[in-house]
Amino acid sequence: MSALRLTATLLAAMAATPAPAQDFAITGATVALGDGSEPIENGTVVVRGGMIVAVGKDLMVTMDLPTINGAGKWVTPGLFASITNLGLVDVDAVSESNDVDAGDSPFGAALDVAPAINPTAQDFAYSRAGGVTRASVTPEADSSIFAGQGAMIDLGDDYDTVRLPRAFQFVELGERGARLAGGSRTSAHALLRNALREAGTFGEGARLIGGRTARSDAGGGDIGVDSRMAGDAERPGDVLLTRFDAAALVPVVAGQQKLYVEAHRSTDILAVLDLKKEFPALDMVLVGATEGWMVADRIAAAGVPVITAALSDLPVTFERLAATQSNVGRMVDAGVTVAIGGYETSGDHPRNLPQQAGNLVALNKRPGASGLTWGEAFAAITSVPASIAGMGGKVGVLAEGAIGDVVIWDGDPLELSSAPERVFIDGVEQNLDNHQSRLRDRYRTPAPGDLPKAYDW
Amino acid sequence: MKRLDWCGRRACAVAVLAGTLAACSAGSGTGTVGSASAGTPYASTYHAYPGVPTALVGATIFDGAGGRIDNGVVLFANGAIEAVGTSGLAIPADYRQIDARGKFVTPGVIDIHSHLGDYPTPSVEAHSDGNEATSPTTPEVWAEHSVWPQDPGFTRALANGGVTSLQILPGSANLSGGRSVTLKNVPGRTVQSMKFPGAPYSLKMACGENPKRVYGNRGQAPSTRMGNFAVNRQAWLDAREYAEGDRAKRDLGKETMAGVLDGEILIQNHCYRADEMALVIDMAKEMGYQVTAFHHAVESYKIADILRENGICSAVWADWYGFKMEAYDAIPENAALLHNSGACVVIHSDDENGIQRLNQEAAKAQADGHRMGIDIPDAEVVGWFTLNAARAMGIADATGSLEAGKMADVVLWNGDPLSIYSRPEKVWIDGALMFDALDRKHRPVSDFELGQPGEGDVK
Repeated sequence: MSALRLTATLLAAMAATPAPAQDFAITGATVALGDGSEPIENGTVVVRGGMIVAVGKDLMVTMDLPTINGAGKWVTPGLFASITNLGLVDVDAVSESNDVDAGDSPFGAALDVAPAINPTAQDFAYSRAGGVTRASVTPEADSSIFAGQGAMIDLGDDYDTVRLPRAFQFVELGERGARLAGGSRTSAHALLRNALREAGTFGEGARLIGGRTARSDAGGGDIGVDSRMAGDAERPGDVLLTRFDAAALVPVVAGQQKLYVEAHRSTDILAVLDLKKEFPALDMVLVGATEGWMVADRIAAAGVPVITAALSDLPVTFERLAATQSNVGRMVDAGVTVAIGGYETSGDHPRNLPQQAGNLVALNKRPGASGLTWGEAFAAITSVPASIAGMGGKVGVLAEGAIGDVVIWDGDPLELSSAPERVFIDGVEQNLDNHQSRLRDRYRTPAPGDLPKAYDW
Repeated sequence: MKRLDWCGRRACAVAVLAGTLAACSAGSGTGTVGSASAGTPYASTYHAYPGVPTALVGATIFDGAGGRIDNGVVLFANGAIEAVGTSGLAIPADYRQIDARGKFVTPGVIDIHSHLGDYPTPSVEAHSDGNEATSPTTPEVWAEHSVWPQDPGFTRALANGGVTSLQILPGSANLSGGRSVTLKNVPGRTVQSMKFPGAPYSLKMACGENPKRVYGNRGQAPSTRMGNFAVNRQAWLDAREYAEGDRAKRDLGKETMAGVLDGEILIQNHCYRADEMALVIDMAKEMGYQVTAFHHAVESYKIADILRENGICSAVWADWYGFKMEAYDAIPENAALLHNSGACVVIHSDDENGIQRLNQEAAKAQADGHRMGIDIPDAEVVGWFTLNAARAMGIADATGSLEAGKMADVVLWNGDPLSIYSRPEKVWIDGALMFDALDRKHRPVSDFELGQPGEGDVK
């Protein structure tokens, strides 16, 4: 066992603050930078003070640095999981443990996941063991077309989880948005426009300008407007939004907080892109975009990035008739920035992002299909989503000056047979034990011994 | 996408699915099992499509029964496997020879747990035909009467998953959900033209949360797990009375249950928790039937020894967890721990996406075993989604492995099927080429997709 290996066990309480970062080097490994390039053989990664200080082939490592022999291993940046519900739910169908949506809430845009995120939820630990080190967490829309505000988190085994609260607002258009808006896309678009206009005027009245306050970490600035701090500006009677909801949308309409928009049908996507004509400051990200390939040139020209599940290929709804696994590849070929993310069945979890990405590499071998190269596919679950999240160059890459999120794998990270062996977040090695690993160990032999299984721990 | 066995706060009523049960030890369920008293209603009209005698030469062959041949040859003609052997196998001159060097051959993939056709895409309410959730016991319904042959999901399962046979099950809202139907994965105008000739029926049953939630929420039995058992036991007692009588009066539900008691209809039992599976095993002994397989059996690893002793398969996902309370103790090593104990493992999908990647799910489960020191050869892992599924569906005498005389249900993969980087290149069903990745017109397009965006796309 390495001297670097943490001795923490599950008995240890989760640290209130992160453990100190370790300085170390990994040598002789296959290194994937995450930036879209192909892997480097015999690569070295050096981490000091929680940051990457050097990456490359055949680098010399100073003698004072603990060194991990990476021979036969792969070393990568941590995975970035987009639009997850990590920390918002213990068991999906146990409603009291599930904070993903809030159908009976009087609020929509004002909902903020930051105070609800629980890093002790098991999905956190499972995702961490799967090599996921950063994620965006989003609420799901249920009380209005506005789901509320998502956050950027790290998956470190500590309570310092939320790295950027209120990183984005999430709105549902398309079929789901239409249902939430009262039964039609027409209503969803009217509600959206009305909300953005109310927010625009409210911002002036309340002197909420969405200013940023500096924050040290990779996310850049915090969003200065916390809806809970909304002022008491007088508002005319003819308004639909609550004061908190209007306040929450001020930074959106000012272009200071990203607006994630879920839409799937080609025409719905074009309607989203058209919003920029009316609200030029909007800083949008398309989520879903199942038929994005049909209008890929227009998405690329608008410079709007996309977060989408990789393998949707069925006409699940009428807004997804043209679903194909080639969606990502065709959009990338058209110049769209595309991250793989999104979890549509019970089997989709953040830790299976490599399977989504790897399938797109396989797709490249099929005549008529458009997949991704290995480098592109791995970037689509590391640097690309990090960049869309506003953390480009700091997260999702192994590069000098990037945060020390490093994963050592027992093989090609996209291959089904591979898994992380060691995970570092901010340079701190992570405990990879969890409920599942303990059950595994207890039931290595199913029949009980001299005492019941309950004594085996 | 729909989460078939997941019931969120949003779409509970239609989202429940059922599990199935099949037993590895159930033997080779041959012969047509219809309602004995009714002849063979809704009989299969499936006939193998024309094929040409074919030789796959030079591939790595996983025969589905645990065998592996490197640089091997597979011969099939007239719809049947003729021979499987090493490179020395003589190839008749008139056979179409396919250079399969660097490629892999397996039996056709089989999904023991699908709802294609019963919950087809588009997943609109009008297509929600998988749960007759109006009574906790509905053994009288037959899944085949809900199957929409134009479900585009069948085509994806073929092209991306190499699926050649699949069992369509009623959902899991009910304790007894109804009869399954086993299909060949060929497009058809009618469900009869897809029905697997001679496949036995199964009765789909369900334990645990779903039945008690669906009916408990309506203020009726069952509302508890003990209620589940009480309603089940009474139904079996009534069925036994019927079965022991002259059976003169037709009773659709009791005919199904009597078929189970007769050993002609298999039991596919949705059941998550280990303790509940153990109780179901005892209920089966009390009432005189055999559970063939527990489906969604996420806690099978806790009682792998009991399942082995009782000859019951576990049909499982590789790594689904946490979506409902009874899935909280799911672990990714489940399949490997079962296999390691000598119990029967089947990888199932319960999902129109998962059915496209059963090979990948098996590979993940194998790797999770490897990391805890359980090494399972590739050739045995392939059996998890071929021969073991066939056994638990009672069709192992006809398909599921590459053996002379069996149906020529064959997949040629463009690489190792246990690698993420591989896909089916060609798929034959009864010796007929039904999918060819190298020929864009040789992929099925359902009526629903004709003239619509994406028609005939690679998908």
